[in-house]
Amino acid sequence: MLTRQRSALLLPLTGFLLVFFVVPLVWLLSLAVREAEVPRALPRTLTVLQSWQPGQALPASLFPGFAQDLTEARAASTLADAARRLNYEVNGVRSTLMRAAREVSSAPADTAFNQDFFATVDPALASPEFFAAVRRANGPFSAYYLLAAFDLTRNAKGEIEHATEANRIYIDVLLRTLGISASVTILCLLLGFPVALLLTQVTEKTADWLMILVLLPFWTSLLVRTAAWVVVLQKEGMVNGLLMRLGLIAEPLTLIYNRTGVLIAMTHVLLPFMILPLYSVLKGIPPHYMRAAASLGARPVTAFFRVYLPMAAPAIVAGSLMVFILAMGYYITPALVGGGADQMLSYFVATYTTDTGNWGLASALGLMMLATTILLYAVAHKVSGGRALSMG
Amino acid sequence: MKKQAVATIAGAVFLACLGSQALAQSRDLNVVSWGGAYQDGQKEVFFKPFNASGTKLTDEAWDGGLGVLRTKIKGGNNTWDVVQVEADELEVGCDEGLYEKLDVAKIGGAARYLPGTVHACGVGAIIYNLVLAYDGDKIKAAPNGWGDFFDTKKIPGKRSIRNGAKWNLEVALIADGVSSKDVYKVLRTPEGIERAFKKLDTIKSDLVFWKSGAQPPQMLAAGDVVMTTAYNGRITAANEKDKKNFKIVWKDTPYTMDSWVIMKGTPQKANAEKLVEFMGRPDNQAKLPKFVRYGVTAAAAAPLIDKTLMGDLPTNPDNLKLAFAEDVKFWIDNGDKLAERWTKWSGTK
Repeated sequence: MLTRQRSALLLPLTGFLLVFFVVPLVWLLSLAVREAEVPRALPRTLTVLQSWQPGQALPASLFPGFAQDLTEARAASTLADAARRLNYEVNGVRSTLMRAAREVSSAPADTAFNQDFFATVDPALASPEFFAAVRRANGPFSAYYLLAAFDLTRNAKGEIEHATEANRIYIDVLLRTLGISASVTILCLLLGFPVALLLTQVTEKTADWLMILVLLPFWTSLLVRTAAWVVVLQKEGMVNGLLMRLGLIAEPLTLIYNRTGVLIAMTHVLLPFMILPLYSVLKGIPPHYMRAAASLGARPVTAFFRVYLPMAAPAIVAGSLMVFILAMGYYITPALVGGGADQMLSYFVATYTTDTGNWGLASALGLMMLATTILLYAVAHKVSGGRALSMG
Repeated sequence: MKKQAVATIAGAVFLACLGSQALAQSRDLNVVSWGGAYQDGQKEVFFKPFNASGTKLTDEAWDGGLGVLRTKIKGGNNTWDVVQVEADELEVGCDEGLYEKLDVAKIGGAARYLPGTVHACGVGAIIYNLVLAYDGDKIKAAPNGWGDFFDTKKIPGKRSIRNGAKWNLEVALIADGVSSKDVYKVLRTPEGIERAFKKLDTIKSDLVFWKSGAQPPQMLAAGDVVMTTAYNGRITAANEKDKKNFKIVWKDTPYTMDSWVIMKGTPQKANAEKLVEFMGRPDNQAKLPKFVRYGVTAAAAAPLIDKTLMGDLPTNPDNLKLAFAEDVKFWIDNGDKLAERWTKWSGTK
């Protein structure tokens, strides 16, 4: 139990985390369910739409308010955000809305802004489908982005249905992300365990040298290492050159811009995160346990599996979990050495954040990734009997 | 004693923080461009001479993205003043109020620039093409346009294209027989989109994707691909710097324009306008193609450009008449949906 004085020592860190981690994180994730753009830009339109149901004729009282909303939102620079949001659901409406706002502003003073006026600007702006989308984008909250992250959408009647085949993406990407992360974790374990074992067997001086070799890539920038793999793996690169010269292959292998390249580069980058936790536990396993097992008649293989491995299990769980969770978040390595079918979830989070500026979908995908990671962590914690929590 | 030392250090750190804060407020004019060899050229031609003329200037590089600009403006901690943006970023960012409205009189007047290069929020910086490029040392029979790019029997081997729908759908339709004049008309129909993806399907197993403009010449050099789409300036740069024999096919290639914008609410607005005016002067612009072969936007710059460079320039009439203009509006409206479709398409075998 922490005493009151001791817990006071944690106050600065708690405050720091609260202000710089928890608050921004919650704010960002809340973007996945918030709807602010359309309510801000089209308040009058939304008020009239409250009493309208999809399937009914559009009320005539809708359009004068819509026109006024467009003029004011354009002047306040809030229309573009709303147009972008509506374009996610009604493809093509983005520039149509901006054009309608310009035409409303420049129309003669005695113009009647009715359904016909907007139908002349563009038929989409007088259609029930468009106003149904406006109505669905009413705030303060909606499930639009969360549904989109699970490849679901609402039809004009407001019922949830699957996105069209060509737009079903993110479930596949999530499964792909989990698949790549699992493969990388297994590769890291297969390559890392012998190294960690070796580190415990050699003299301290040799271990120090080996440790530097393990840590050297760890200290090098991720981008540099990834770029180096491009040079090594390319068609006229070092690996292909060597294999051809040795006569092992006649044609250069395709090692890059596909899954092979992603697995090789990510395994290399993440290897230290497996070796370090493994080593810290393995070096604490007294060597005489194995000798005792041998003296009691166990063959080396039996001794390894019945004595050594159970003691190493917490380290294996901790190292695997660490590698797996870090791998889940990778995007720059797959982006540079992978192909179209190797991009992971965070690639899309990054694209939507910085590129297209669809922060709602970025947050929803981030939430999806966070929830999956927490779920997997909880499962690992459960099956390992609580040992997953101790990182070595 | 020890406590005192800690307090002194803490105080010093605190003052240093305050100092850097004050520095940020009275900072120099900050210009942001695309980095690499291109920005090195801009430094020589624009930034250094402008600095020498008396206004202190710093430069930064970015990778594009409207989300980045929006964060800068809406986050309220914008340190950028003049930024080079792509055509869709200019259009959408202007609608969103991320840029200052441009006072054309302050940047040299509209008459100074080529028609169509002056926008409410920005002025054209460079014009460039997405060309078909190949290694002249490796391919004997030169490809003659997009039809050959999609013909894996005539020219076997991998090809690389940008990882995204933009420009790829256009060239797929052209390869399928659509004339470059009608490309966007066809793309505006659902059947046109289907047709483009179907054409891309025919070479899907031979495709490799690039993300940044530096990759295509590197992929060509490494032998990973026999042909690629690429920004024309990058190809010429590889020929000059790395002594490559890369060739460009200009026929039916899309061209587009980057623009200079001034970020909304900058305390450096007057200096920013001065810089944009300086970079728009014909004699200054005429020096840029020597460093990187992109077309410039001042009408009077063309006769001042070194004649030997003209063959590589997008604004060379011989090249321009073969090319077609990117339809920015089409991509602003359809980009979101087509990006999803592209992701799905490129992610399945």
